[in-house]
Order: sequence, then C-alpha cells, then structure tokens
Amino acid sequence: MTTTLLPHKFGTYGGQFVPETLMPALIELEREFVSARKDPAFNAEFDKLMASFVGRPTPLTYAKRLSEKLGGAQIYLKREDLAHTGAHKINNALGQALLVKRMGKKRIVAETGAGQHGVASATAAALLGLECVVYMGSVDIARQEPNVFRMKLLGAEVRPVESGTKTLKDAINEAIRDWVTNVRDTHYLLGSALGPHPYPTIVREFQSVIGREAREQMLMDAGRLPDTVIACVGGGSNAIGVFSGFVKDEGVELIGVEAGGSGIASGKHAARFGDAEKARVGVIHGTRTYVLQDEDGQIAETHSVSAGLDYAAVGPEHAMMRDNERAFYTSATDEEALNAFQMLCHTEGIIPALESSHAVAEVIKKAPTMRKDQVILVNLSGRGDKDLNTVIKELGS
Amino acid sequence: MTNRIDEAFKTKPIFMPYFPLGYPDLETSIDVIEALAKNGADLIEVGLSFSDPLADGPVIQQATQIALEKGITIKKSLAAVKELRGRGVTIPLILMGYYNPMLAYGLEKFIRDAKEAGADGFIIPDLPMEEAEEFTSVAGELPLIQMLAPTSPDERMEAIARNAKGFIYLVSVTGVTGERREISNDLGDLIQRVREHTSAPVCVGFGIGTPEQAQQVGQLADGVIVGSACVKTIGGSEQPVETARLFAKNFRSALSNTPKT
Repeated sequence: MTTTLLPHKFGTYGGQFVPETLMPALIELEREFVSARKDPAFNAEFDKLMASFVGRPTPLTYAKRLSEKLGGAQIYLKREDLAHTGAHKINNALGQALLVKRMGKKRIVAETGAGQHGVASATAAALLGLECVVYMGSVDIARQEPNVFRMKLLGAEVRPVESGTKTLKDAINEAIRDWVTNVRDTHYLLGSALGPHPYPTIVREFQSVIGREAREQMLMDAGRLPDTVIACVGGGSNAIGVFSGFVKDEGVELIGVEAGGSGIASGKHAARFGDAEKARVGVIHGTRTYVLQDEDGQIAETHSVSAGLDYAAVGPEHAMMRDNERAFYTSATDEEALNAFQMLCHTEGIIPALESSHAVAEVIKKAPTMRKDQVILVNLSGRGDKDLNTVIKELGS
Repeated sequence: MTNRIDEAFKTKPIFMPYFPLGYPDLETSIDVIEALAKNGADLIEVGLSFSDPLADGPVIQQATQIALEKGITIKKSLAAVKELRGRGVTIPLILMGYYNPMLAYGLEKFIRDAKEAGADGFIIPDLPMEEAEEFTSVAGELPLIQMLAPTSPDERMEAIARNAKGFIYLVSVTGVTGERREISNDLGDLIQRVREHTSAPVCVGFGIGTPEQAQQVGQLADGVIVGSACVKTIGGSEQPVETARLFAKNFRSALSNTPKT
C-alpha cells in the first residue's frame, strides 16, 4: 500500500526502505516539493539564484582540438565545471536548501565523497543562513583536502566518518543516523540521485536544468541534437540531469560511465553494472537498485581514483534505464581516466574533475569510431582543482 | 504449534534483550543467548549482522562489524538458532536484521530456513509498511513485527497498528539505537496513542540501559527492549556468559517488581 504523490519507483527499482522514524519526513518532503514546483514564486527564486549566484546557463564549449586529435565525432562539452563551486552539485544543493527554508527547518546534514556536494551544501547553507554539518569518510578527507578546507571556510562543520570503509557509503550511513536523530528540525540534503523516494526524483528535477540548457545550446550552436550523450555515473546525478534533456529524443544515444578502478577483473572498482558476479539487485540506503555486494548481502568495498564515483550502488532510475536499454553503461579504469584528464588539459586547456574524466575517457574510445559529421555531447560535471593532490600522487610531479 | 510469542506475553511486562550472533564470536554468542534465555529473558531479539546498519548507534555498529569480521553469515546465524533450540531454549526468538542480506539469501528460502531453525518472527528496521508486502506475502504465519516511532502521525499509527502481528515495537526516541540518560517524559502519552489503535502488546525499545529505566518503562509498556546496554555490558566482559546470566536476572527481577499502575 502506497500513497505517494509522485511515482515512488522506477520500474521495480527505488522505493522507501528506511526506518519508520523517517517516513513522515519523506512524506513531508515530497508534499513540499510537489507544492513548491507548482509555486511560481519558488520557481522564480530558484531560477534567479541559478542565474545570479550559480552563473547559469553554463556554457557549451566545442572541443575543437580534442575532436581533431581523436579524428571522429565532433565533441561538445557542457561546462558544469564553470558553475559556482566548480561542479553541478550546486544545482541540487540550492534547490533543496530552498525547500528547507520552505519547510521551516534550520539545519541541514549532507554526505560527501569527493567533497563537491559538501562544498555545494555548505555554500547553499551560507547563502540561505542554515546550519550545515557535512559527513565525510576519513579516507576521502585525506584525498580531497582542499574541499574540506573550503567547507570549513564556508561555515560548515565537517565530521569525519571512521566506520566501515570510511568512504561515501559510510558518510551516507552517518548522515542518515544524524537525520533520524534530529529529523524534527533537520533536513538531509542528499546529493545524488539515490536514496529513498522522493530523493531520486527531486535530485533529477533540480539537475534537469543541465539537460534542458544543453539541448537548447546544441540546437543553437551545432544546429542539431547530439548523436551521443556521455556522462560519468557514481550515484548518477549529473548523468540523470543531462540525460533527462534527451530521454525523449529516441535517436540520441545515452551512455553512462562507471568507475572501472583497477579493472573489473581485479575486483577493485565501482562498476555496478559492469560486474556480473558482485552486482546484484539489492537494497541500500533506502532504495532498491544494483548493489555491489558479497554472497551474503554485505555491501562490498569499492575502489576508484575518484572519490565521487567510489560507491557501491547506483541511482534507481539508472537501473531502470539500463534494463529498458534507454541508456547504456560502460566503465573507465583509473588509468583511462587519468589519461583522459591529461588529454583534456593539453588539448582544451580545461582541468576536469577525475569523476568527469571518466566520461572523457569514454569519448576517447568512442569518438574515433564515429563519423566526422556526428556529434558527442559530454557532461563535464566538475573541475579538477580538488584532484590535483591525487593526480600528482598518481602521475608524479 | 503453540504461538510462543502470545505465550510470552501472558505475564507482563516482558524482558526482551537484543544480542547479535557472532559477537564476540559465534560460539560465545550462542552461549550468551542461551544464558539470557534461561535466566529471565522472555523473548530475545537475535541480531543478524549487516555492513551498513543505518538505524544503529555505535555500540551495535561495532559489535556487528566484529561479528562480520569473524565470518558470521545468515546461514551460520540460522544454524545457531537451531542449535539454541537444541539446547532447550523455548522462548520466542525474533530475528532482527536489515533487508539486503535477507534478499541476497533469497526471501522465500530465508523465511523457510528461519522457520525450520525455530525462529518466531522478524524485525527489519529498513522495511517500513510501504515496502513490507513483498516480505509479508511470503512470511506465512511468522510475523513481521511492525515498528512505530514518536514521529509517526496518528493516521500512520492507525494503518500500521491495524495490521500488527505479534507485538508493536515502539521506538521510544527519535534516533538510532543506544542508551540515553533519561526516559522521555512523553513516553506515557506516546504509548497511550499507540494503544488507541491496537490491542497488540506494545514493547518499547531504543535508549533503555538500566534495570531502573526498564522498571520505569515497564510500568507503561507490555515489554522492554534492551539492546545496546546488553551488547556493551556482555560484550565488554571478561566472562560474557556469566555476565549475561546476571544481566538477565537483574532486569528480570526489576521488571517482576514493577509496581502496577
């Protein structure tokens, strides 16, 4: 028996697998979101902030030298790296923070892997005068130090998480525990297209601005829709955001790129769709989706050079799109991502986030197999400044 | 088959400790649960470990993490329940665990094997009413214990309590499992709200750590659930089995002396 206002499942995926204590908060959140989206004043405020604070629309950049170098399809970059705070995460963080104000709550908690969502949440909280606590695995704190400092500068409290694998999944556990404890005055500002309903829908809706803008810009700049849209997929918020603009254009191929880590065969990766042995449909963090797990249903440890893709589950809408073949999913290894990172730096003068570099890695494989009159759109979800320490370590200075 | 749960509630308030199988190791955990059962526990929540226990506080997180590191599985846990029945444990044993390991085991197989092992029901904190049908449709007569929280509005309480089987697990505080210094003043009102919707026994858990607190809650509720304090006291002891015996006796005697209201 379910009486949600919006569809709470994507095919057989999604749902609301949370403790009873949280159910009323999810119901309230859904109600508030539905009413906000119908409220012209809310939408006007969101749009205004997107323009005047985030700097939207973000540009579409034709990657001329990269296209020439690869010798196939023409490549366009949707520049979410140029959004305020350096990644697409700010779109959703601001949208949800406006909902928090509407609900009259004063405090937000957020999880973060790479730190981009934590920075976006801290920024939104500072802008709107909310208290902000960010949970971050201690492994991720070590590898994304600049972002930790940014969050603190923005007035957020960063709480290191020492449980489990000390990465994103454990940060989500801890954020949920905080939320269960303080649910009456606290909102969980979930940063990816996962978790219990209505989060995957809310996050997609606030991120759909990427796809709407990109579609319009492609028509303006290239005079046509892309043949292929490529995005990296951790939880999947940037991918679902850009895909949503093209999902009805049946001729447009959608490709999501997961973290291949040290390669699927090594077992050290975060390719939920790529590992037929370890990835099975299960329930984690409130949602039913593909989950990397062992035989006994314990969530598997994952690995990726990019903290933002280092997560054992994938957003439920992606699981549905994979099953119904509206989108295709592949993976790029750490090495491929690092190569792509360097190639984009050299050919285009753009330092991409390691997460986004996975999408670029797929472009490097795919573009040469396409004709020169074909077009690829890549969602460049974030910039790579935060990753310099990691890259220096991996490549040597 | 006589219903062990209904039988357990003939004398109230009942004492309901939680202990995870596999902690501090499998053999000790079986001995501990046996000791609890034979020294005053009226029903035991037998914990199944999960890597990501998002409703649990630090004590149970750590204990179940250790259990996993030592190799506990669902299969071994079910075999342990069977072993407990073999040792003459006759009180109800309720399996408490998260949903994913049960799905991974296969729901129908899990429920069949749990029943065969001698389990009496299930508590699954990440399976609210909205998602429960998949489980209850194959659970047969074994109840999925419904949980209610202080945040549950009346209409939810009514809907959840209406379908309650066995007993109601009332979460006494908003939060994760773990001891609290004081029992909430609002607990009486909260229990009263639940009773308006059901005649099923109401058991209170989360935050109860001492026999005195148990007695206080026992004046209001039909059962008292003690989790983190039980795990911490017994798990932290040099002689866990002996400690379990004393722990159960202390709580049992506090509850047996509960003044009637």
